[in-house]
Amino acid sequence: MKIGVLAIQGDVREHVHHTEAAGAEAVLVRLPRDLEDTDGLIIPGGESTTIGMLMAEYGLIEAILQRTRAGTYPIYGTCAGLILLAKEVIGFSPARLGLVDIDASRNAYGRQIASFEVALDIPVLGPQPFPAVFIRAPKIQRLGPSVTPLAWHHGDVVMAEAGPYLVSSFHPEMSPDLRIHQYFLEKVKKLHEVAGVS
Amino acid sequence: MQEQRGTYNVKAGLAEMLKGGVIMDVTTPEQAIIAEKAGAVAVMALERVPADIRKAGGVARMADPRIIKSIQEAVSIPVMAKVRIGHFVEAQVLEALEVDYIDESEVLTPADEQYHIDKWQFNVPFVCGARDLGEALRRIAEGAAMIRTKGEPGTGNVVEAVRHLRRVNAEIRQVVATPESELPDLAKELRAPLELVKKVKELGRLPVVNFSAGGVATPADAALMMQLGADGIFVGSGVFKSQNPEKTARAIVRATLHYNDPKVIAEVSEDIGEAMPGLEMATLEPKDRMQDRGI
Repeated sequence: MKIGVLAIQGDVREHVHHTEAAGAEAVLVRLPRDLEDTDGLIIPGGESTTIGMLMAEYGLIEAILQRTRAGTYPIYGTCAGLILLAKEVIGFSPARLGLVDIDASRNAYGRQIASFEVALDIPVLGPQPFPAVFIRAPKIQRLGPSVTPLAWHHGDVVMAEAGPYLVSSFHPEMSPDLRIHQYFLEKVKKLHEVAGVS
Repeated sequence: MQEQRGTYNVKAGLAEMLKGGVIMDVTTPEQAIIAEKAGAVAVMALERVPADIRKAGGVARMADPRIIKSIQEAVSIPVMAKVRIGHFVEAQVLEALEVDYIDESEVLTPADEQYHIDKWQFNVPFVCGARDLGEALRRIAEGAAMIRTKGEPGTGNVVEAVRHLRRVNAEIRQVVATPESELPDLAKELRAPLELVKKVKELGRLPVVNFSAGGVATPADAALMMQLGADGIFVGSGVFKSQNPEKTARAIVRATLHYNDPKVIAEVSEDIGEAMPGLEMATLEPKDRMQDRGI
């Protein structure tokens, strides 16, 4: 299984590490042609304004939207990745994919001094809490009917999925726990089994 | 579950998110907006860029809080600001202003000739300059969550930035190649804590993000530092002392992303106007060398 890691800017190295440790091959995606053999894509944390504008300039928004047309190309977005997948964004957002029916507000927890880590209950991962790192994190302000919440923090949804897409406000790649990457890879596998049958 | 703020993970984590990006010095909200629109991942709020600090002489201090606040209001990307080496009260002020990163910087006039700030006392993360591995590890031991090689600020001359990054990398290779039993001696030579030297050996790199600073003036300079192994770029005077700041800012961001693609670097370097005027190192008096402060 080959997973693309969008490598414009941000904590690409950590996502590559977790993807490989969870048992898939990681491919750096800088240009549209890099998407070719990938079975899914991870959009890392970073500055969503920078990543979005450079994705648009180098044809990546268009190329990714084309790949997702059949609804079987899984994408996981963490933090900035969540913003780039959101349908609507509150705050400056020059370009994005808009594939998930959520409204996201940028830096909603406040500036860096409000960044935190917390042990989070994520029922789909089992009873063991997940060490979640929130860095200038976005909040999901609205979830559309197609979106399933997977985890909450103080009443806010901080992880959700919608069809082939997975988003989290926090950074699973910043802790040694691999379960969210494994969960995403499992999702990729299932989608490809279904697609293979049809 | 209890939230924990200001942990080292959270501090070093923000620096990880800035990797592959360009952080630009700005002195006004208008400049900050130009930087954000060009794709900067963060801005450094200053009263004067290093080239002007150099020209003005005298004592350079933390910026007026009003400048910092107006820049925080103007942009959505992280805002950093500088304090004098050892001036922990300026750092307290910046923490109260909720800047996203504090740069304990040799660009300002040092306030303490012996001690750097005890950065463990703060919830806001710190970035510090270094010319070699020992210096970088001493700053990390004091609590810095990000390093930038110093270069020589405000010169528009990349030679010192290259020297410092090459030196750090060479010393990392030396640590990696040194057997465990000889590390205590090497740590002594580097004047760095043994635990951190061991960590460098284990990782094969610095334990925190390392940006390049001090002299980057062109897109090719930025790509040069990235090819030499920098995690990202600080541009001080290089953007707003150039003939066309908008074009220069955009070009440096794109050259930093596509640092391995000479075609892209050629494309973005075209017709961007003149770079900032540069300074030859030999013309600098020892007292004008900012890199020798706070080592």
